[in-house]
Formats: sequence, C-alpha cells, structure tokens
Amino acid sequence: MSTGTATAPRAGTAPRPRRRFTAWLLLLPGALWLAAFFLTPLVQLVATSLYDPGGSVEDGYAMTWSWRNYTGALSDYSEPFLRAFAYAGIATVLCLLIGYPLAYAIAFKAGRWKNLMLVLVIAPFFTSFLVRTLAWKLILADNGTVVSVFKALGLVADDGRLLATGFAVVAGLTYNFLPFMVLPLYASLERIDHRLIEAAGDLYASPVQGFRKVTLPLSMPGVVAGTLLTFIPSAGDFINAQLLGDTNQTMIGNSIQGLFEAGVYPTAAALSVTLMVLIIAMVAIYIRRAGTEELL
Amino acid sequence: MVRLGRWVSDHLVMAVGLLVLVYLFIPMFVVVAMSFNDPASRAAYTLDGFTLQNWANPCEPEGLCSSLSTSLQVGVLATVGATVLGTLMAFALVRHRFRGRSTANVVIFLPMASPEVVLGASLLALFVATAGGGVLGFGTILIAHIMFCLSFVVVTVRARLQGMDTSLEQAAMDLYATEAQAFWKVTFPLVFPGILSAALLAFALSFDDFIVTNFNSGSTVTFPMYVWGVAQRDIPMQINVIGTAMFLVAVLLVVAGELRRVQRERVR
Repeated sequence: MSTGTATAPRAGTAPRPRRRFTAWLLLLPGALWLAAFFLTPLVQLVATSLYDPGGSVEDGYAMTWSWRNYTGALSDYSEPFLRAFAYAGIATVLCLLIGYPLAYAIAFKAGRWKNLMLVLVIAPFFTSFLVRTLAWKLILADNGTVVSVFKALGLVADDGRLLATGFAVVAGLTYNFLPFMVLPLYASLERIDHRLIEAAGDLYASPVQGFRKVTLPLSMPGVVAGTLLTFIPSAGDFINAQLLGDTNQTMIGNSIQGLFEAGVYPTAAALSVTLMVLIIAMVAIYIRRAGTEELL
Repeated sequence: MVRLGRWVSDHLVMAVGLLVLVYLFIPMFVVVAMSFNDPASRAAYTLDGFTLQNWANPCEPEGLCSSLSTSLQVGVLATVGATVLGTLMAFALVRHRFRGRSTANVVIFLPMASPEVVLGASLLALFVATAGGGVLGFGTILIAHIMFCLSFVVVTVRARLQGMDTSLEQAAMDLYATEAQAFWKVTFPLVFPGILSAALLAFALSFDDFIVTNFNSGSTVTFPMYVWGVAQRDIPMQINVIGTAMFLVAVLLVVAGELRRVQRERVR
C-alpha cells in the first residue's frame, strides 16, 4: 500500500513537527508519573542505602556514603538471598514443567473450548492472593489430608510436617505464579503456524521430534517471557514464606520487609538495591543466552 | 509408532492440561467450602460445620468491609488513572516515531521487571525523605498503584494497536472524515477492547496488591492488608465469603463479555 498518495494525510512514518509535538504531548503525563514515582524513588533508594546507619526515621539520616551498609547487608543476609533465588528458581522450573502442557493443550487441542480454558486459568486469581495462600495453609495443615497421604507414601516422616518447610513455600510460589507462566506460553504457542508442524510430520519427523525441532524452538519467546514473569516476582516475594514457612524459610523479601518495618532503612535499602541489581544482571544474561533480545 | 505418538499427544497433553487446571482450582474449592464453615473455635482455621451465617453477615468482623471499600475505591481510581495515562502513552509509542522512543520503551518495561519489594521500598524511601512518614495513606497508595499498573496498561493497549490495520482509518479519511472523526468513529472502537482488558487487568492488579501497598499505606487498610493482619491472629471465615464473591463477579463479567462477543460474531 502506498502512503504517498495525495489522499493519505496520515502517513505514520514521516514525522512532521506537529506530529512529533503530539507524540510528546501524549507521552508526557505518563512519563512524568513514571519519572516521579518510579525513577526518582529508585534514586532515593540508592541514596538511602548509603545513609549513616546510626540515624532513625524520626531524627532523620545523614548522607555519609556508607558503603559498609552493602558489605554488612551481604554478609548478614547472604542466606535469605540464596534461599530466595533457589526457591524462585525451583518454582520457575516447576511452573514451566506443569505450565507448558496446559498452554500447549489450550493452544493446539482445546478447539472451541479455548476461551473457556483461558478464563479458567485466570479465574482463581480473582480471589485475593492472600486468601488463596491461606487456603493452601489449610490444605497443607499438619492434620490435613495431604500430609496423611504423604505420610502413608513414606514421603513425610511420621512426626513430620509440610507446613513450615521449603516444600510448602515452593509449592505456594509455584501455585501463585503459574498463570504468569501459562499466559505468555499460550500467546507464543498460539502464534505458531500449524503448517510448519505438519511439514515436519510430512518429512517423517515423529511427533516427539516435531515438537523438539519445531514447536519448542518457536515457543522460546513465550518460555523466556514466562520464566521471567515467574522468577522475578517469586524472588522478591515474602507472602508465601511468611504464611507457609517459618523462620527457617526466610527469603530476602521477608528480610527487606522486616527491616523497613523496624525502621532500619539504610540496610533495608541496601538489600533492595542489591536484589534489583542481581535480578537485572541475571535477566540480562538470561535474555542474551536465550537470544530473545527483541522481547524488550 | 507414529500413530501411538499422535494418540498420546492428542489425549495425554489434554489430560495433563486438565489436571493442571484442577490444581489451579484446588484452593478455590477450599475457599468456597470455608465460606460456609462454622468453626468450632475462633482460633482454629479448620473445616468443622456448615452455616450460612458468614454469607448472611459478611461485614460482621470489624474493619473487613471498610477495608473492602477502601480497596474498591483505590482500585477504581487507580484503574482510571493508569488506563488514561497508559493509553495515551501506547498511542504515542505505536503511532509516532520520535527521538527517545526506545528509552521510553525501556522505562515502561522496567517497573514490570522490578520485584514488588523494590518498588514499594523505593517509594517509601522517597515519601519519607521528601514529606515524612505522616504523608502515607490513601493518596500514597493511589500514587503507587497508578505507577505499577501503568506499564501493564501500556503493554496491553500497545499490543492491540500494533495488530491494527491503519488502512481502515485511511479509508475513512479518503471518504472525507476529519482526523478527529476518523479517530472516534474508526480507531477508538477498534482499540476499545484492548483498553477494556487493560483496565480490567489494572483493576485486578490494584485490588489484589499487598506488597507495594504494605510499604506505603500508613494507617489505611486495604482488603489484602486486612487479610494479612488477621492471618497472624484468628481468621474470620468472612474473608472466604469475600474471596468467593469476587471470584463469582469476575467469572460472571468474563462470561457475559464472552457471550456478547459470540453474539456479535453471529450477527456478522
């Protein structure tokens, strides 16, 4: 289609001064909001992380460029950090393993039930996150069915429990972030041209080979998006560890939240900045490895 | 071998998919069951007996319904704010080429890639540093919610706009529609489903948010914060009534939307 015809005044590709002005005008309110309440706070967070740890919320803090906040935070809180990344990593892998078949079934096998199944994926999530997590607490309770079944199967010692274990926290994370995995996976699977998979079959690829060589590689953008959307919130989460675990399952989110609540702002800020930097570094490496930079 | 493989991929995948769906619904069954629960003692959060009392008196626990109303108010205002700002931004990003466009894309992506503790903590650091702890409350919750919903709105509306054929607008203007007419008669109705789903997403995100809210709420209590508070003590069964009711309302809305869509397609 030619955009050069005399009757096509909205040639979107050729910016004229007035149009550029319009673009800035449209962008401005939202951009200001993000600058004021996302970027500025991040700068303030970094500043807070370097304040004199001797101050308090009431008396105010002095900027002393106290880098020791970081070294102290890292040595005192290395365990919750490692635990958060380990739990989030396991939960992300589990989400991928159980989310992929569901997304695949919806995209390729559901036929006219496709929309219904998509709604069902999202539906439980209209119930509050916290109410659902409390329901899991009940399901995994010490005298509950799940524990007795696990005991009968010998998976849990007779005096053992599921609540207040890493298992419960990972199960909670996996459950709570599963839709964040399924939806992007579905979106990328749905876009795959079915003829490519058929062609693989015509060329004597078995269904398994066809999946490995055609479907899976083509769904990689969904895999990357889904794992990120699962891993990032899980790594920073503290609700699951708080409600389903105990002090042995403390994740870094719990530490940050507890420190802020106790008013120990510099250390809490140093931990937050470290978490953010670590996550951004991991995401950057991961995206480069997966070769899906265009995702951004 | 191939036929066996095909049969397995046809049925096994669906079976596994359905099992995963059942898994997603397990806590829902518990929430619905608990909404009819008549607990033996207030301290025990266990399934004991059947009662309709919780549904008859959903507001009985102190503070529950006021927290719900706070959440609804925040949710509606944050949705309106984020949807308006985000839709404008999406139009700028898709329909216009300008310097700084890729920077804008990165800045919009970043809040979605930040853990919520960091978003909440950094806003708290800003509020406390600039205005002191006394400023925390309804206003700061609203500011925070608009901030983290905004990116999701931009991404949702942008996806809809990118998939849209601009030749329809051009046709309208070839037929002597003014730019404004073309926008309101052609473009806007076409983008509207995208804006609507963005708004629903924003409301859901805002209504369910606990982590960011917890940092910036001061003494204001939203529904998730109320649940968090009672989770440490004795949990009133009414939170399950609210959970079930929210679930039903959402499902009804989605089903109604779906029916309308199907009907419209039939008319065509």
